[in-house]
Amino acid sequence: MLLELDNVAGRYGRNAVLHGVSAAVGAGELVALVGSNGAGKTTLLRVISGVGPASTGRIRFAGHDIARLAPDRRVRLGIAQVPEGRQVFAPQSVDDNLRLGGFTRPRRALGPELERIYALLPALAARRRQLAGTLSGGEQQMLAIGRALMAAPKLLLLDEPSLGLAPLVVAAVFRLIADLKRAGTTILLVEQNAQAALAIADRGYVIETGRLVLEDTGTALLANPRVREAYLGV
Amino acid sequence: MSLTRPHTRGLLALGAIAVILPLLLPNPFYVDVATKIWLNAIVCVGLNLLVGYAGQISLGHAGFYALGAYASAVLTGVYGWPGLGALAAGAAGVGLIAFGVARPILKLKGHYLAMATLGLGIIIAIVLNREIGLTGGPDGRAVPPLTVFGVRLVGGALWYWIAAGAMLLAVALALNLIDSPPGRALRALHGSEVAAEAIGIDATRAKVAVFVLSAVFASVAGSLYAHADRFVTPAEAGFLRSVEFVTMIVLGGLASTYGAVLGAALLTVLPQLLAGLADYEHILYGAILMGVMIFLPHGVVPSLAARWGRRQT
Repeated sequence: MLLELDNVAGRYGRNAVLHGVSAAVGAGELVALVGSNGAGKTTLLRVISGVGPASTGRIRFAGHDIARLAPDRRVRLGIAQVPEGRQVFAPQSVDDNLRLGGFTRPRRALGPELERIYALLPALAARRRQLAGTLSGGEQQMLAIGRALMAAPKLLLLDEPSLGLAPLVVAAVFRLIADLKRAGTTILLVEQNAQAALAIADRGYVIETGRLVLEDTGTALLANPRVREAYLGV
Repeated sequence: MSLTRPHTRGLLALGAIAVILPLLLPNPFYVDVATKIWLNAIVCVGLNLLVGYAGQISLGHAGFYALGAYASAVLTGVYGWPGLGALAAGAAGVGLIAFGVARPILKLKGHYLAMATLGLGIIIAIVLNREIGLTGGPDGRAVPPLTVFGVRLVGGALWYWIAAGAMLLAVALALNLIDSPPGRALRALHGSEVAAEAIGIDATRAKVAVFVLSAVFASVAGSLYAHADRFVTPAEAGFLRSVEFVTMIVLGGLASTYGAVLGAALLTVLPQLLAGLADYEHILYGAILMGVMIFLPHGVVPSLAARWGRRQT
């Protein structure tokens, strides 16, 4: 397994938000983590990338124990996060945003990588010099994903990439995620849009109040009556 | 790189202003004021890297400025060090102090960070006031002239050129830093710390580095000021002086290097222009500041640049 969580717990101050979470993501897998608002999805991603609250338990990534590592060390090991709400660097150009994504890599690697990202995301290629803050929501989401890809991650953490986007744009974002998976990127996808996320996922976890309550293949979870009732509104 | 060309143009324009300015000044008093403009501008350009680009506030930079000034004054005056050695030692010492306090201080945010840097500046002012044996206490102390390779550098006109040259160097350094990868990382940090960390920027390290750098800028400006004015007093470390530096960069426009220079120029000149108004000086001074911030809310340079539809640097 590329990423293994063993009994991970996390808290904001006195409030425990994760209770003994154990999960794994294998190389090349697309794993979806679904659950309602406040269930702990984002916190779990932030604990994995290291930008989140203090945590206990073991986190192993590509053979390293990373639970105590600073976030930048984890990026260097190959974990890139697309944070919730996109968080592009608004006053900087699309080009600069992408270059920043490759901050941990040698500078000569950035040119070719940049062209690869623009080929993958042609909508951005037309807007290289434009300030990121002036892009539409969908373009900003694409930029945030492109920025994370610039780090050439072994594991891509996606936090609510469909949040606040129009349905057509949501479809485009999920197509992109599916394409990335087919190209071999390992992805952990956090989503409230359980239907769309589970439909493209190999496996899925369901999180409720900081605990993983279900684990199965994406298709099986989509068919699971409990999931259908609670998250798909069927 | 394509980015270096606008820098060259901007620097040439600034250099031209620095060359033409003394020709327009009627007497040596104004040359001294102009020298102070450039020295204040060095502090502001450094402080703007911290406040404007990295988004951290400091209300203690006058402390670093005064430490640099006193390092030069005491090391050359009491211990007979060569001037440039004292300047370098002061800059290194201030850099070390800034590095030492940066980690605990920069963990703080917003008002708390302002309070901590304010406290640091006040502590420095108290030490300079109390260590009478070395610093001369509240009366200040005289500073020997700067001697470089046996040449005594004295005279208002000469110091004008030294200050202008140092200012241009500071501006060039700042502009290049901002457009380098570490500079882009700093600006990213200002935008979103979480996103910056998620792409592998060590936020603490970047903040500490820029804090140290801005303190060193202030220290060097202080050392030059000590030799230019030939006299230092603890008032240079005062809280009001720190506020003045922050006001300068806010007035000129945060995250604009030329704005920092312009802000330093405006707030150095303004009190001199208003001095004839006696009791009304402070009222008018305040009214002008308020007026600028109301009509040019992002500071002079960025607001005007936006109005002319150009991208500011």
